[in-house]
Amino acid sequence: MKKTLKKWLEKTIEGILFLSSTITTLTVILIVVFLFKEGKSLFQSTPIEEGFVLAVNKANAAGNLSANQIKNIFDQNIINWKELGGNDEPIFLFRMDDLSNYYTDEELGENFEFVPQRTNEFIDKTPGIIAFFPSKNIDSNFSGKILPIEKTTLKQFLSEKEWFPTAQPVAQLGVLSLILGTLWVSFGAILIALPLGLATAIYMAEIATKRVRNILKPLIELLAGIPSVVYGFFGLIVIVPQIQSLFGLPVGETALAGSIILGIMALPTIVTISEDALRTTPNAMKEASLALGANKWQTIHRVVIPYAGSGITAAAILGIGRAIGETMAVLMVTGNAAIIPHTFLEPVRTIPATIAAELGEAPQGGMHFKALFALGCILFIMTIVVNLTVEFISSRRKNKISH
Amino acid sequence: MKFSINSVKKKELKQWLAFNVFRALSVLVVCILILILSFITYHGIKVISWEFLTSMPEDGMTKGGIFPAIVGTLCLVTGSMIFAVPIGILSAIYINEYTKASFFKRFVKLMTNNLAGIPSIVFGLFGMTLFVKTLGFGDSILAGSLTLGLLTLPVVIRTTEEALKSVENSFRHGSYALGATKLQTIRKVVLPMAFPNIITGIILSIGRVSGETAPILFTVAAYFLPKLPTGISDQVMALPYHLYVISTSGTNIEESRPMAYGTALVLIGIVLIVNITANALRKYFSKKVKMN
Repeated sequence: MKKTLKKWLEKTIEGILFLSSTITTLTVILIVVFLFKEGKSLFQSTPIEEGFVLAVNKANAAGNLSANQIKNIFDQNIINWKELGGNDEPIFLFRMDDLSNYYTDEELGENFEFVPQRTNEFIDKTPGIIAFFPSKNIDSNFSGKILPIEKTTLKQFLSEKEWFPTAQPVAQLGVLSLILGTLWVSFGAILIALPLGLATAIYMAEIATKRVRNILKPLIELLAGIPSVVYGFFGLIVIVPQIQSLFGLPVGETALAGSIILGIMALPTIVTISEDALRTTPNAMKEASLALGANKWQTIHRVVIPYAGSGITAAAILGIGRAIGETMAVLMVTGNAAIIPHTFLEPVRTIPATIAAELGEAPQGGMHFKALFALGCILFIMTIVVNLTVEFISSRRKNKISH
Repeated sequence: MKFSINSVKKKELKQWLAFNVFRALSVLVVCILILILSFITYHGIKVISWEFLTSMPEDGMTKGGIFPAIVGTLCLVTGSMIFAVPIGILSAIYINEYTKASFFKRFVKLMTNNLAGIPSIVFGLFGMTLFVKTLGFGDSILAGSLTLGLLTLPVVIRTTEEALKSVENSFRHGSYALGATKLQTIRKVVLPMAFPNIITGIILSIGRVSGETAPILFTVAAYFLPKLPTGISDQVMALPYHLYVISTSGTNIEESRPMAYGTALVLIGIVLIVNITANALRKYFSKKVKMN
């Protein structure tokens, strides 16, 4: 009896252990579900502000308009319907507030009860009009044409450059500049971190004495332990002003500042992983090289580094992955301008920084909110690709070593 | 093939050059670290006082102290550890002691690695939708702790796994030979031996959690809240978020700069203490193991 109880207990505990081991998998799945559910809903909605419509005169021949075209209309970059395939008619912009310019208070009614009617009237008699007004003001016998707005498509989302999620009347949700900004800053970071990190790793693995290594190792760990806000703070106070005065820029918050800080932050990852990789070189190979008359440097250069090549690649990729996902430090030093970067001396805006800076202000369930989740999905996909690549490289490496 | 003195010399010169370049670059890395640490210490030490650490912020966070932020960070660290440590350890035990090399094991490891690679801001998004909205915890210590707990879970699992792996199999076999069951072996033999390394891992993850900002932005952190939390459904201030706020978007950035230095130094202090403790423990226990 006691024995079966004990056995039962062991089984139960094993069950509990099993359940805990599935929690990481479960979390990854939940993250995917929540992120993508919210992100996907962006593509089921039109980018016009919720509760508003765009309407034109019934004689207007222009077809569906994209978010970008509408923005150009309201920015008065497009001033004639002809440019959009309509009649030769200058475009007349109309917003709800303008109504009081054309009608007296009496005509609009004491409680604005005639607003829908007047809006309709006004649209009807102005052939070139494009009107932006709340959908509750659509008159019951509305005679204009409500413009169908195209849904945001994935292609648009990824290829448009303009990121103005709060723009009126339609949000501009192009993330190309954010994606390129993220990659640009990370690329700069790896340019800084890889030579430095690799050199340190080689020094620690092959050149330094054990004592020096025992001092260096905890220092590198310390570098990894410093919180990213502290890096950001340091960058903001020390590096940003330096860059500003060194290059004579109007602002020091640039991609370069971000890359330097991210480079420092990626160092520990690169040092640790490439050092581990360098250490896996079998002694027999090194000794064979030395026995052939090669000196230590030739051995490192021709035997150790090539042998650890894939491990070093993994380190670099993982370093990029870290840089892509880093939020706070980048947010604090890169200036956050959503433009496509051309040099390292311009401000840039990255995906994580955008999410961190804007999510607090985006009303839940709104377009902006959904767009930020879609950005989160892109970020997620980027980092998963990085992880799986590293996983792939290191599993191939393990096979190679065991054979 | 000819061997000339010249080529040997050239070879040696190259080696000398390469080694010194590597040495110099390594020194540069250390210098960067020292520069950051000393810069913040130099400016921060003037601000740190008992009063700074134990009083409430005043005057738009340009005066007073950071007490609520310290308490908030303590709450979050405790909360996330209560969640992550047991689950992480149990999970690592299962992976290392119960599963053999199999698809399941590889899959779980892959997922753990993936989870570790997910950027902290994505955890923030996730924590906000799941804990704050869907489960209705609101902006609270509970939501923040769970988010941070998930974030640090892979770290705990990995370090525990390493610790368990370092226990030699002969101890397990010895225990089985004495008639102990698997569970008894794990409890009485494996865990006690792995304990020091597990603790070291936990301490390091405490360091990481206390400095994370992005996951708490939308799950718990309060901009300015000069009172202490009374329960797990309260919002709190936290040190890293406080530093972010007063150095970028405070009402008066210049005047709150000393406060920022002070806060940064406290954060660095936590990291230093955590790392030194972890290293000391590692050293102490490795000596002890050797002695036995």
